[in-house]
Amino acid sequence: MAILEVENLTKRFGGLTAVNNLTFHVDKGEILAVIGPNGAGKSTLFNLITSYNRPTSGKIIFEGEDITGMPTHKIAKLGIIRTFQETTVFKEMDVFHNVQVANHLHFKSNDLEEFFNSPRAKADHLEVERRTRELLNYFGIEQYKDEIASNLPHGHLRALEMAIAMSADPKLALLDEPFTGMNAEETDRAMEMVRGIRDQKGVTVILVEHDMRAVMRISDRIVVMNFGEKIAEGKPAEIQQNEAVIEAYLGKEEEGELEDVL
Amino acid sequence: MNQKNYARIVLVATLLFIYLIVLPIIFRNQRYLLNIVITASLLSCASLGVWITFSIGRINIGQGAFAGIGGYTTAILIMKAGFSFWQSFLLAGLLAALIGFLFGLVILRLKGVYFAMLTLSLTETFRLIFLNAEGLTNGGNGIMGIPRPGALSIAGITIIPNFGRSNIFFYYLSATILIIVFLAVWRLYKSRIGWIFKAIRISEDLTRSCGINIVKYRIMAYSICCFLGGIAGSLFTVFYQNIFPASFQVNDSVYFMLYCFLGGLDYLAGPILGAFVLTGAFEVLRFIQKYQEGIYACIMIALMLWLPNGLMSLNLGKVFGKRKEKELETTEADKLLKSYNPDSGRKSLKKEG
Repeated sequence: MAILEVENLTKRFGGLTAVNNLTFHVDKGEILAVIGPNGAGKSTLFNLITSYNRPTSGKIIFEGEDITGMPTHKIAKLGIIRTFQETTVFKEMDVFHNVQVANHLHFKSNDLEEFFNSPRAKADHLEVERRTRELLNYFGIEQYKDEIASNLPHGHLRALEMAIAMSADPKLALLDEPFTGMNAEETDRAMEMVRGIRDQKGVTVILVEHDMRAVMRISDRIVVMNFGEKIAEGKPAEIQQNEAVIEAYLGKEEEGELEDVL
Repeated sequence: MNQKNYARIVLVATLLFIYLIVLPIIFRNQRYLLNIVITASLLSCASLGVWITFSIGRINIGQGAFAGIGGYTTAILIMKAGFSFWQSFLLAGLLAALIGFLFGLVILRLKGVYFAMLTLSLTETFRLIFLNAEGLTNGGNGIMGIPRPGALSIAGITIIPNFGRSNIFFYYLSATILIIVFLAVWRLYKSRIGWIFKAIRISEDLTRSCGINIVKYRIMAYSICCFLGGIAGSLFTVFYQNIFPASFQVNDSVYFMLYCFLGGLDYLAGPILGAFVLTGAFEVLRFIQKYQEGIYACIMIALMLWLPNGLMSLNLGKVFGKRKEKELETTEADKLLKSYNPDSGRKSLKKEG
């Protein structure tokens, strides 16, 4: 069953068409990778789904509901959470506060109750503190809870990023290059984390990634984009054999390698 | 209770003792000196508002406009509509907050210098409005002879009796209001709303993706700021018993911001410290007052260079201040100054796709 359907999505920035007539879907519980060369429109796609940009035309349907152009915070409330390309945590806050802030949707009391610290607000705080400890524990960073986030080592930073993303109990997580800048061992651990949120928390995952080795290992299905258009879709094994992909994507990589040699 | 908390309580108690008991006793017959402390208290109120907008990552040079709105609202309601001070005081704050809310809907989309320039021009715009709306404001002649606050009674019970022109009364009025405002802002910052403001300053995009309605919280912060500007302007007006278009100008807006910088953007007590230190210093050094603006400019430059986290980051900060400051690499002021083009970092480093 499709949890997210993207229909004929197009985004133009002036004369540039970043996403062109894109149609695909994600099934519940799937890990879908979106790959493609730089400038293929993958990040724009994420921005469109989470409404950081409005599409020029086309529709985005989440659990049967049209969410095209809905404000970002409402989309988050429906259950779509994204991460960003550069590691995104609240850098100058301690780890515990990072996750507490991200638990915003679990506070039931309104701002006035919060200001006057009403019994309901107090109960919310207790519940969120419990959730926060649980999340930090799950991602293995509870010993850093008083540390300022920017002081965390890279691997733990990714864990914190995931803890922030999982704070809202999303149904669908959009991960923007979750394995970038990692060595093989860190990548393995991050892949475990991604599988974990799917298997244990039941989160559907769409990820954009350049690390082909990781993509081939982790994804159930792959959508390949080039110049804003979908050029292929299928299981990892099929994608590896697809000529259009090899030409557009791997061909380009050879070019890159050539440049490196020269 | 640990030692730091103990030291903090002693410090706060001492400051309150000096502020509420020692100063009024020493200055009780020196009207002029008492007025200076009153002025500093009212400036602190308005600056605390500016500090709140700093806390969501916006440089606000428009507080003068809202002090003006508060002041004129009070003057017009008292002189032309026959309201009591207490009614018009509240309405002044609310009207300033409402106008701030409406402007905020539009201008809070901007960041950095763009927001700063717009707020700066707001001050000038409102000065011109006050100058030209002669029917309401008497234009350049201003409104004079505004009476001091009368008695306050609610449901027939007199809560505050009529003190006439007593300055000691006004001293305690301004002190009470400053303390209430400080406690309210302090509570706001200890609460989840304070975390959200901070989160918005660090990354609006990430805050949005957590399901937080940043538009709402940005406007909340700005409206509170304008409310504080409005009530400070209202008190100034009944304190000086007059108001002119020139009462609150661009200069004043800049000073409100300077107090925050001087005290320290990281500290809630920063704007109060800044306002008292600068106001006090200029009264002590009255012979240099004609160079005031030049000196303010030099202080501002010196702060940016040598003390970007303000006076509170000196020793005092150890008692009063926040945790773990040593671990922060960049200062609040640094970040705000760099934030004038917030997207440049992300977009230039990584191409889309």
